[in-house]
Amino acid sequence: MASLVIAEHDNATLKDATHKTVTAAAQVSSPVHVLAAGENCAAVAEAAAKIAGVEKVLLADAAPYARQLAEPMEALLLSLADKYDAILAPATTTGKNILPRLAAKLDVGQISEILKVVSPDTFERPIYAGNAIETLQAPAGKKIITVRTTAFAAAAEGGSARIEKIAAAADPGTAKFAGETLSKSERPELTSAKIVISGGRGLGSAENFKLLDSIADKLHAAVGASRAAVDAGYVPNDYQVGQTGKAVAPDLYMAVGISGAIQHLAGMKDSKVIVAINKDEDAPIFQVADYGLVGDLFKILPELDEELASRGYK
Amino acid sequence: MKVLVPVKRVIDYNVKVRVKADQSGVDLANVKMSMNPFDEIAVEEAVRLKEKGKATEVVIVSIGPQQAQETIRTALAMGGDRGILVKTDQMVEPLAVAKILKAIVDVEQPGFVITGKQAIDDDANQVGQMLAALLGWPQGTFAHSLEMGPEEGEKRSARITREIDGGLQTVEVKLPAVMTTDLRLNEPRYASLPNIMKAKKKPIEEKSPADLGVDITPRFKVLKISEPPRRGGGVKVSGVPELLDKLKADGVI
Ligand SMILES: Cc1cc2nc3c(=O)[nH]c(=O)nc-3n(C[C@H](O)[C@H](O)[C@H](O)COP(=O)(O)OP(=O)(O)OC[C@H]3O[C@@H](n4cnc5c(N)ncnc54)[C@H](O)[C@@H]3O)c2cc1C
Ligand SMILES: Nc1ncnc2c1ncn2[C@@H]1O[C@H](COP(=O)(O)O)[C@@H](O)[C@H]1O
Repeated sequence: MASLVIAEHDNATLKDATHKTVTAAAQVSSPVHVLAAGENCAAVAEAAAKIAGVEKVLLADAAPYARQLAEPMEALLLSLADKYDAILAPATTTGKNILPRLAAKLDVGQISEILKVVSPDTFERPIYAGNAIETLQAPAGKKIITVRTTAFAAAAEGGSARIEKIAAAADPGTAKFAGETLSKSERPELTSAKIVISGGRGLGSAENFKLLDSIADKLHAAVGASRAAVDAGYVPNDYQVGQTGKAVAPDLYMAVGISGAIQHLAGMKDSKVIVAINKDEDAPIFQVADYGLVGDLFKILPELDEELASRGYK
Repeated sequence: MKVLVPVKRVIDYNVKVRVKADQSGVDLANVKMSMNPFDEIAVEEAVRLKEKGKATEVVIVSIGPQQAQETIRTALAMGGDRGILVKTDQMVEPLAVAKILKAIVDVEQPGFVITGKQAIDDDANQVGQMLAALLGWPQGTFAHSLEMGPEEGEKRSARITREIDGGLQTVEVKLPAVMTTDLRLNEPRYASLPNIMKAKKKPIEEKSPADLGVDITPRFKVLKISEPPRRGGGVKVSGVPELLDKLKADGVI
């Protein structure tokens, strides 16, 4: 049959989490279709049609899908599920919100946050904060899967899929959107940035956290944080990297004033190069760091900023 | 309005788990077990609803071995009113957990169910959403804050602000509904000694999955549980210039 990927988007732009999920989907079942469900989201469908390897894009453009709330999305996906033997979404807060509802209605288990497709019915996924990897074989029947996007390469551009408009399903009308506060940033997105610089409790305040900003600007890096820094109110919740926050795997991850609790490591230890800056030479973060710098971050960060400037990074 | 809170007994979050050499699972012998941290947050929120007069009774449910009774007791010491233990020594997959919870909801008729967003052992992040779907209820997942509307009558509803990838989103759901907790919803209390003593007298009912008519036979086959790839040991650098030289040489800046 085929697989269906739920597009990650904000009605205007398609997120590259979609491209990564397409890569995983192609390994499970081909051809791959993409569902662009939203409101006034034709641009998203057009962008999805350009992903190499996508055969068809389903465009469900209707008011109930404006925020991809789980309840109307469940109804829409149920109306499509018959035609697919696998339905996948990136393991974003949107995908995690929607897909288990579909799985339950189809009476199948969901396979969460896969890291690898071993074969079309066998998958690897992290458990216990990534301290163990489970290899799971699914029974015959539909597969409902969320994908850890850092574990899959993005499918390339260059496709020319056809776009098919589909009808909206009945909206159960039990939930409605009532507002949002989105963090605005000119920086790259945390989950797709090549460089991430994260701060922890060691930064001490929201004011001090800004010490990371000019370094991040010079390196075109995204800024992340530990749970402790978020809980203390230094930065918003969407900065959190870890087991229960975002998973990142950039080329370079810099952990500043972060001790390296297993829950934090779960979200960053697949980074290519890890740098730790911490005044405690016994901090567990040094056990995963390629380069460790022991010292006071309040001395090291300004020095790093200046040295970058003197080497021509701006 | 009755509130139902499912709590799971899991390896304590401070324990670094070890994978068994034969790849059959993780070593659970002599390991400290605790209530799933997200479920502590769920219990706390339910108890606060009761303290504010928004809930009349807080019912705690756990599915697991006999020792899961201790987890229920902990929740009762935090302020839960009574417990239900669905006893089984088998591993129960999230879908079966959701079905068991649905069967309990059908009997108990709560107006609100608060689950954790994720169990820190299976890291599935499924049960709350699955339960909501099986019941045909709306959901507010990854809750950051909760504002109860009227709890009774036609207009009963809740406003749930959710932690999403881009920031915060508020949804308004009709009751009955399911909410799943995120880390910032509240800070769970420690049970006081008198409350721990009082909890010993609170009733815990025992059932089996079969009593509830739910088949818990696993659907998935776990082929193996393996160690994640280990990172090679790194080096300490003398200062910022050396660090930047190395990063440059590695081609990452
Ligand atoms: C259910 C659950 C889920 C969780 N999920 C996550 C998650 O997703 N992500 C996450 O990050 N955590 C998570 N945690 C929390 C985790 O267990 C740790 O508490 C947290 O990661 C600690 O953050 P931290 O390293 O910033 O703070 P701390 O552990 O307090 O470390 C601060 C570090 O800063 C250093 N420091 C202080 N001052 C300076 C200075 N001037 N110069 C240099 N270094 C300095 C200290 O030596 C110390 O190592 C979770 C916990 C639970 C229970
Ligand atoms: N065995 C269980 N007993 C009671 N509640 C559970 C059980 N398993 C999961 N839950 C609930 O479902 C939530 C999410 O679990 P999961 O979907 O497995 O990550 C947990 O935080 C609990 O509230």
